[in-house]
Amino acid sequence: MQVTMTVNGDEVTRDVEPRMLLVHFLRDALSLTGTHWGCDTSNCGTCVVWVDEQPVKSCTMLAAMAGGKRVRTVEDLERDGVLDPVQEGFMQCHGLQCGFCTPGMMMTARWLLDHNPDPTDGEIREAISGQICRCTGYSTIVRSIRWAATHENASHIETAETAGSSS
Amino acid sequence: MTATPQTREHRQTEFEDNDQTPVGFGRMLRKEDPRLIRGRGRFVDDVQLPGMLHLAILRAPVAHARIVSIDISAAQAHPKVKLVVTGAMLAEKGLAWMPTLSNDVQAVLATDKVRFQGQEVAFVVAEDRYSARDALELIDVEYDDLAPVIDARKALDPSMPVIRDDLEGKTDNHIFDWETGDAEATEAAFARADVVVTEDIVYPRVHPAPMETAAAVADYDRVDGKLTLWSTSQAPHAHRTLYAIVAGLPEHKIRVIAPDIGGGFGGKVPIYPGYVCAIVGSLLVGKPVKWAEDRSENLTSGSFARDYIMRGEIAATKDGRILAIRTNVLADHGAFNGQAAPSKYPVGFFGVFTGSYDIEAAYAKVTAVYTNKAPGGVAYACSFRITEAVHLVERLVTSLALEMGIDQAELRLRNFIRPEQFPYETKTGWVYDSGDYEATMRESMRIAGYDELLAEREEKRARGELMGVGVSFFTEAVGAGPRKNMDILGLGMADGCELRIHPTGKAVVRLSVKTQGQGHETTFAQIVSEEIGIPPADIEVVHGDTDNTPFGLGTYGSRSTPVSGAAAALVARKVRDKAQLIASSMLEVSVADLEWTKGAFQVKGDPSSSVTIQDIAMRAHGAGDLPEGMEGALEAQICYNPENLTYPNGAYICVVDVDKGTGEVRVRRFIAVDDCGTRINPMIIEGQVHGGLVDGLGMALMEFIEFDEFGNCLGGSLMDYLIPTALECPDWETGHTVTPSPHHPIGAKGVGESATVGSPPAIVNAVVDALHPLGIRNIDMPMTPSRVWDAIQGRPRPPV
Repeated sequence: MQVTMTVNGDEVTRDVEPRMLLVHFLRDALSLTGTHWGCDTSNCGTCVVWVDEQPVKSCTMLAAMAGGKRVRTVEDLERDGVLDPVQEGFMQCHGLQCGFCTPGMMMTARWLLDHNPDPTDGEIREAISGQICRCTGYSTIVRSIRWAATHENASHIETAETAGSSS
Repeated sequence: MTATPQTREHRQTEFEDNDQTPVGFGRMLRKEDPRLIRGRGRFVDDVQLPGMLHLAILRAPVAHARIVSIDISAAQAHPKVKLVVTGAMLAEKGLAWMPTLSNDVQAVLATDKVRFQGQEVAFVVAEDRYSARDALELIDVEYDDLAPVIDARKALDPSMPVIRDDLEGKTDNHIFDWETGDAEATEAAFARADVVVTEDIVYPRVHPAPMETAAAVADYDRVDGKLTLWSTSQAPHAHRTLYAIVAGLPEHKIRVIAPDIGGGFGGKVPIYPGYVCAIVGSLLVGKPVKWAEDRSENLTSGSFARDYIMRGEIAATKDGRILAIRTNVLADHGAFNGQAAPSKYPVGFFGVFTGSYDIEAAYAKVTAVYTNKAPGGVAYACSFRITEAVHLVERLVTSLALEMGIDQAELRLRNFIRPEQFPYETKTGWVYDSGDYEATMRESMRIAGYDELLAEREEKRARGELMGVGVSFFTEAVGAGPRKNMDILGLGMADGCELRIHPTGKAVVRLSVKTQGQGHETTFAQIVSEEIGIPPADIEVVHGDTDNTPFGLGTYGSRSTPVSGAAAALVARKVRDKAQLIASSMLEVSVADLEWTKGAFQVKGDPSSSVTIQDIAMRAHGAGDLPEGMEGALEAQICYNPENLTYPNGAYICVVDVDKGTGEVRVRRFIAVDDCGTRINPMIIEGQVHGGLVDGLGMALMEFIEFDEFGNCLGGSLMDYLIPTALECPDWETGHTVTPSPHHPIGAKGVGESATVGSPPAIVNAVVDALHPLGIRNIDMPMTPSRVWDAIQGRPRPPV
């Protein structure tokens, strides 16, 4: 069947099997491999993307169900060469190690801050509680999201481009 | 050896004030992160090659059964299927069995019978993932069920069926007996003890469950005979050598690439049948073949960890002096002995079960058995069974403390090995290199506010509330290891390193080890930077590609910094030595008149006469004169053979509240003070500790690969195998002391597994401490609400 949706601002149309999962559509058909897959049961959240501005687990949604909708993935967090404060926060606060859960975590974090610009640590933990990180123990993820909350709309975010490779 | 206790406040200062661009050690943002936070990491399942096919594996639905017949005709007729392979077909090519890391053999695809639920039986290669899965449904396997052996405690009963009848002359399920220490001296010490405490302690089967499951893409080029294998491997070089041996491909025609890896925790040390199937698939079809297991395959067939059933005894004098420790262990290794440990160490480094204490005698006996469960006994961040050893001794010490009415921390302080006793040879022959255990313990107590916590506990107890404080102190033995007695399948555990300084003074360093999230690209750039004075940002770290890195055994057992980190420091010193000769020629002074100021050589007493490492690099590659007889270029390589293991240690304190009505355990606080010697990047170290703590919390409270009596795995999905989320974790509190390793070039000891090793006993000790007033002295992991509730009701159930 043919499915058309908007992904990161661009309209895409593909022929897919009706049973194709959204996560496989994004990864295999569109080569947007920033969105990961980690379980079969909607438990891990490495596959979180936005569909019509709501975070969803893309392993639990058919590509066909996203037809006509707006999908946003991790590849769209950076805009015009400027990192999202959430991305910057994860780097600044060591919110990632292997980086596998990170895209999903950041998509949820972005949504949280859009709806609650000054969350408490408890609210941050609640927001990411549908996602698993096996590396960090979560404290640094909480710090990362809090960092982003306090640096929203800050002007110095462009320094991120060179983090880890600055001189 | 002097310890330098660092306060928590000190750590916070380090966190906030660093300029983040150190030349050498210090807090620095990770070089890995810019790609990972953009979704531009490259994991194995991200690899897409032209014409690539997809492989899926048919697995055994039962734990023990003879294969009567396999009919693949319907699967072969599927329009999108390119290949269907069974064990019998592999056997014709001599590929049905492969060696495990413990010199046992494991079936790539079952030929005679299946020995655990989830075992590989056949595979399909098809045009896409979905079709490959569809075709599995079309394979018809007829099984003749056999009685399964599930409970290790019954495995040696003569009435039990023999699981490994493939092994010639095998008449039981016994794998090995192993012992260490002095049984007689231990018996004598127990005979004159005032107090003896005995506990039955089960360390249940758990699973590393990294967020990225195992995967491989095999690409065999029929023209040049070269196999390229992208795989989720913590040890690409060791894997390449094993593929050469197993598959008969020449080693120089195999390239193993481990790209970004989504967590390993030991689970990506073994070679899984799926990797071999992908290779066979590509060899037979002549196209790239991808295999990516799903989560259920990962949990049911991937390497498990632990599964030690231990009886421990501890003997002490009436004033709390520990005399001896003794243990008898039954080890469940599953259907194939795939334990990853040096050859001469069938129980890994379990011999460190004497812990951090100066005792008179010790003895351990371990019996390992086969059961109809997934093979392995690998890891999950365990430093080769040190997790089990530390859990045993730390549970025993707290049991002794509770029995004698002595505070847990106080009893430990009375018995610690003292700083002046290092190097300290334990009663089981391990030579601990350094430590100041009392300073580390006291730092942990200071951060915790230990006395106030005990006062609070007493107040709550008086009100009938269940609050507990648990202590553990661990000593690990990591950085395997000296070649003279450590190898895996005959491969010595040394690691190579190559460093090349380019003409403009930028550098590339090539490692044999492989990060799975530990941040090697950052840490190793900092190690080289510290030695050679080039900023880390100017040092490219290459790893995870056998065609482009020197040989070495890989990343596990916290060995990267102790072994490969030493190699990186020493190769940089070798380059610096050559640079010094060039500098003496450039400055026209003798070598002895030069002094090194991180990044430049200058004439002693004349700071205005100096040349930078960048100047020297250009001279080394340029047209100017070099010292007599010297070749151009500025590069070196070495292979580092460690003189001894390193012995990181730490003092952990856990505070729990137990809900009397539901049995729910809440970890309210967790304080971890680690001594990993010299600290390269404090941010990364803290991250490693945090990660280990959440592992420990998971094992202590919820993680469990459980089986029913038929051998059905009850932990086969993330709905059943519970992993902590942000809601179960406290905000971890960390601190540190620093006692550098005396034999390591930079004094670093390794930290990757410290917290996984040290945290479970602290949590169990806290729960036991909370429940002690109810007459409870032991509770096995995982301490789920139902298990805690049962214990409170006087009906504890040991895990099977």
